[in-house]
Amino acid sequence: MKNFTYTRANDVANAVDEVTSEKGSKFIAGGTNLLDLMKIQVERPSHLVDITRLALDTIEETAEGGLRLGALVTNADTAYHEEVGKRYPLLSHAILAGATAQLRNMATDGGNLLQRTRCYYFYDTDTPCNKREPGTGCSAIKGYNRDLAILGTSEHCIATHPSDMAVALAALEATVRVTGKNGERIIPLFEFHRLPGDTPNIDTNLKPDEIITAIDLPAKGFADRYTYLKLRDRASYAFALVSVAAALDIDGDTVKEARVALGGVAHKPWRIPEAEALLKGKPATRENFQKVAEAYVQGAKGYGHNDFKIELAKRAIVRALLQAKEMEARS
Amino acid sequence: MKTNEIGKPTNRVDGRLKVTGEAKYAGEFNVPNLAYGFVVNSAIAKGKIKKIDTSKALEVEGVLEVFTHENRPGYVWFDKNYKDMDAPPGSPFRPLYDNEIKFSMQPIALAVAETFELARYAASLVRIEYETSPHDTDFETNIESAYVPEEYKSGEPSEPWGQPDQALASAPVQIEGDYTHSSQHHNPMEMHASTVVWKDDGKLTVYDKIQGVMNTQQYVTHAFGMQPEEVQVISPFVGGAFGSGLRPQYQLFLAVLAARELKRSVRVTLTRQQMFSFGHRPKTMQRFALGASKEGKLEALKQDVFAETSRFENYSEDVVIWAGVLYKCGNVKLSHKLVELDVYTPLDMRAPGGTTGIFALECAMDELAYKLGMDPVEFRLKNYSEKDQNEDKPFSSKELRECYRQGAEKFGWEKRNLEPRSMKEGHNLIGWGMAHGAWEANQAQASAKAVVTSDGKLTVSSATADIGTGTYTVMTQIAAETLGIPLDDVTFKLGDSSLPDAPLEGGSKTVSTVGTAVKSACDKVRERLLKLAQQVKDSPLVEASLEQVIFEGGQISLKSESSKAVSIMAAMSQNQGKAIEEEVSSKPADNQSDYARYAHVATFVEVKVDEDLGTIKVTRVVSAVAGGRIINPKTARSQILGGVVWGIGVAMEEDTVMDNNLGRFMNHDLDKYHIPVNADVHDVEVIFVEEKDEIVNPLGAKGLGEIGIVSVAPAIANAVFHATGKRVRELPITLDKLL
Ligand SMILES: Cc1cc2nc3c(=O)[nH]c(=O)nc-3n(C[C@H](O)[C@H](O)[C@H](O)COP(=O)(O)OP(=O)(O)OC[C@H]3O[C@@H](n4cnc5c(N)ncnc54)[C@H](O)[C@@H]3O)c2cc1C
Ligand code: SF4
Repeated sequence: MKNFTYTRANDVANAVDEVTSEKGSKFIAGGTNLLDLMKIQVERPSHLVDITRLALDTIEETAEGGLRLGALVTNADTAYHEEVGKRYPLLSHAILAGATAQLRNMATDGGNLLQRTRCYYFYDTDTPCNKREPGTGCSAIKGYNRDLAILGTSEHCIATHPSDMAVALAALEATVRVTGKNGERIIPLFEFHRLPGDTPNIDTNLKPDEIITAIDLPAKGFADRYTYLKLRDRASYAFALVSVAAALDIDGDTVKEARVALGGVAHKPWRIPEAEALLKGKPATRENFQKVAEAYVQGAKGYGHNDFKIELAKRAIVRALLQAKEMEARS
Repeated sequence: MKTNEIGKPTNRVDGRLKVTGEAKYAGEFNVPNLAYGFVVNSAIAKGKIKKIDTSKALEVEGVLEVFTHENRPGYVWFDKNYKDMDAPPGSPFRPLYDNEIKFSMQPIALAVAETFELARYAASLVRIEYETSPHDTDFETNIESAYVPEEYKSGEPSEPWGQPDQALASAPVQIEGDYTHSSQHHNPMEMHASTVVWKDDGKLTVYDKIQGVMNTQQYVTHAFGMQPEEVQVISPFVGGAFGSGLRPQYQLFLAVLAARELKRSVRVTLTRQQMFSFGHRPKTMQRFALGASKEGKLEALKQDVFAETSRFENYSEDVVIWAGVLYKCGNVKLSHKLVELDVYTPLDMRAPGGTTGIFALECAMDELAYKLGMDPVEFRLKNYSEKDQNEDKPFSSKELRECYRQGAEKFGWEKRNLEPRSMKEGHNLIGWGMAHGAWEANQAQASAKAVVTSDGKLTVSSATADIGTGTYTVMTQIAAETLGIPLDDVTFKLGDSSLPDAPLEGGSKTVSTVGTAVKSACDKVRERLLKLAQQVKDSPLVEASLEQVIFEGGQISLKSESSKAVSIMAAMSQNQGKAIEEEVSSKPADNQSDYARYAHVATFVEVKVDEDLGTIKVTRVVSAVAGGRIINPKTARSQILGGVVWGIGVAMEEDTVMDNNLGRFMNHDLDKYHIPVNADVHDVEVIFVEEKDEIVNPLGAKGLGEIGIVSVAPAIANAVFHATGKRVRELPITLDKLL
């Protein structure tokens, strides 16, 4: 591990000051991703700003009737929070489908959004990787890419964002609150992560001086009909090959609103509002779900080992929507 | 033998030490002034080191030295000095020998520093310039150029018997298929580590992760030109090994080299990533062609094996022997060829060759049974082998029929509909599959020493290992049983090269081999104790022979009249406060070689496969084992359970992925290399059927460390076929193969 200095921030402004004080500074929250990457020299921060003592560890009501998740609330506390469980069960399920109990106890909601890809090559500093070292090339495109993306890829990188939580947040249309040198701004979750393009080294639209302070959930939580379906190579402790966060608002048999977000297929949680809209005012049938599924994989591209994800994603979308539909609506 | 301890489910005698953390492993022995080494591994798969610059690393305060091929001390000359007890034919790899790179992640430097963290940091500062040469790690494209090795390490195919080609051609029912088994890494929990304690006189005490201390001692003495008295090797606990500890790994060589050069104690521990830089279960492709009569009699069998090896050693394992052991067939042709690649030499991994060979054999037989429209158990009964046809020898015992019977009954096999896709539950297709298997029940030569002190306590020792299998416990039971004393009065010592000689713990032969030595040593002690008991004043045993007495409850008593007894304490009091000491060397009885000696297993599996999504859940497993006499049902069951869990991994998860562009295994950590987690394992039942065997060894026990794994993957693959109608011939069976 490269030598680094360490400081503990006492408030948000101080955290922002500290992180801009030196090039190569990084925040550390739960450390479950950052420390792993530091040990293998993939991340080499020169200065660590510990934000775990900031007062960002509560879940509160928002004026709009939603919930605000402090950036430092742990994944476990979020998933098991009574209001989250009641009003946003999709989010609880997504979180609990990820990692392990021990990791979720340490991992924070802010850190979860900023976890880095699990691409094999990104983890091995002896191999070329544009995300890790821009300009060295992408080993995965012609190498082993079973876990990697089929949508929104570029010739420079086909990595996926591995978070489960973010997929549910995308479906729920959550927003991310961030604070930087120029004050606070709000980024819709769906615009938070970016596509790799020709700068795959940059995962998100968060600026280097910005800290996530909270994630806001809008009032509508689709608590009656939802599914988080995660398909993976073993039953637990594995990242998604494909995951689907699906939510339905149904009146009788007619869909009022549908949400579908995919994980494991792109550099960001994948949502196509126009495809969701195909269901609006239509009966909630397998045939109609199939249409949505087809629309989601329009333009999808496999790289060999991951070709199967195209078909799998379609089937997963249909299954998730059917499951959501078939849920006993809560009275 | 009367059984008080043998056959009783007994907790591990070392359990408490393990769960409290008191048990110490090779990388945990702390000594004053210990230095730490961290290995630098090659980034390329083939070529030369043009330049290696250690200056930046050496500038760091606290860094002691960086060893490379340029500054290493002179080496002992002969190749054979680097051969360990488990080395395959060929030229063993020598760390830091020269600037040549033979495989990706080859160790090329060792940074040594005052702390582990500093050493690791220093290692990252070593700059290497390579001159790369084209490598070839592509197994598939090299199958055509596979060759027959001059010498097999193991698994040399027998000469064909019968008329295989004609019989196959004229068989009315035939199948053929290629079955592929992935490369796999052992990944024991404990990483490989060596702590080398350097003493002022140059002698070494080496704490090593190894499946037999004698191998480490031999390797170090040969490779460094030292005498056995100069190298004591200690390895009291091993945190799993599964074959990865059969050969001394490179961290040992590097730690010894550094300790001798720096005249200081040195520890080298590998990281999880580095655990993928040495031996692995070789990728193997097997081409089967089977022919049968319409009635289901196996008429012909051809098996051609193609298995990975390195360019410097010819590794091979027992892949082709299983057909001749498990099926009666008059016309058989076998071959085993090697595919040479730019990789490190493969290495025995739990049931080497058995896991691989039985997987393919049992899937092929299932295909044949289906083509015949026969129930898989009925098919196996019809072709049941009464002798091992490879060697034309009868079995010392074989209760496999009973395994089928009890396993099938427990599983409910008779309710099975032969038709694939005949059972469904919601989205899930349900499938039932079975397979059987065998594993060798060998005995080797070993020594043991038994010492009874005046307080009546017994210490037995042998330089064997306990790789988590329960050696400590089982040996304690055997010793306690033989002398009729409580377990608490017995201490068993192992893992020290100063103890009586024992072979590597591998091949499921430790209970058989060391257990026999322990029993013989204790039998000798019995003779001595009886003599002493006869000297006790008014001894009721004066006239008694060994056959007329029993040792039980701390007493030696007359079989005919149990009240006539002398306690062991009383007997010992005749020995002037001295201890009784007996050391014996035991070897297999001569008649063993007239028999084929195997443990057997039949495994029944239920899977649920999501019809749309391809996800597989192994919902039930019943494994019925014929393993001779079961010394400790509790540790025995653990071995079989572990085998079943691993079998689930073999069938569905384990796969070390080679990137042929880079010539490198890429999923080198436990996030990316999958083994089963708890959520993958559901109902597992283990049955031990009764089996008497007076030939395998005086204990009548067969080893159980490997038999549990061999038939699990094929049973799962066969169940997946029954569920889906889809035959997946390439492991692991991941969901994409079922879409
Ligand atoms: C073995 C393993 C398995 C896992 N499996 C899954 C899984 O199946 N699904 C899943 O979704 N996740 C999984 N995870 C990932 C886990 O969820 C993340 O590691 C975790 O959420 C990261 O949170 P953290 O607080 O520990 O982040 P840290 O490791 O502390 O930080 C991660 C990054 O976020 C930055 N950061 C943290 N907080 C803030 C903030 N408030 N503002 C700005 N920047 C910040 C840090 O600078 C760093 O770059 C797994 C992790 C491991 C180790
Ligand atoms: S896909 Fe992206 S992260 Fe993976 S090797 Fe290519 S550039 Fe690196």
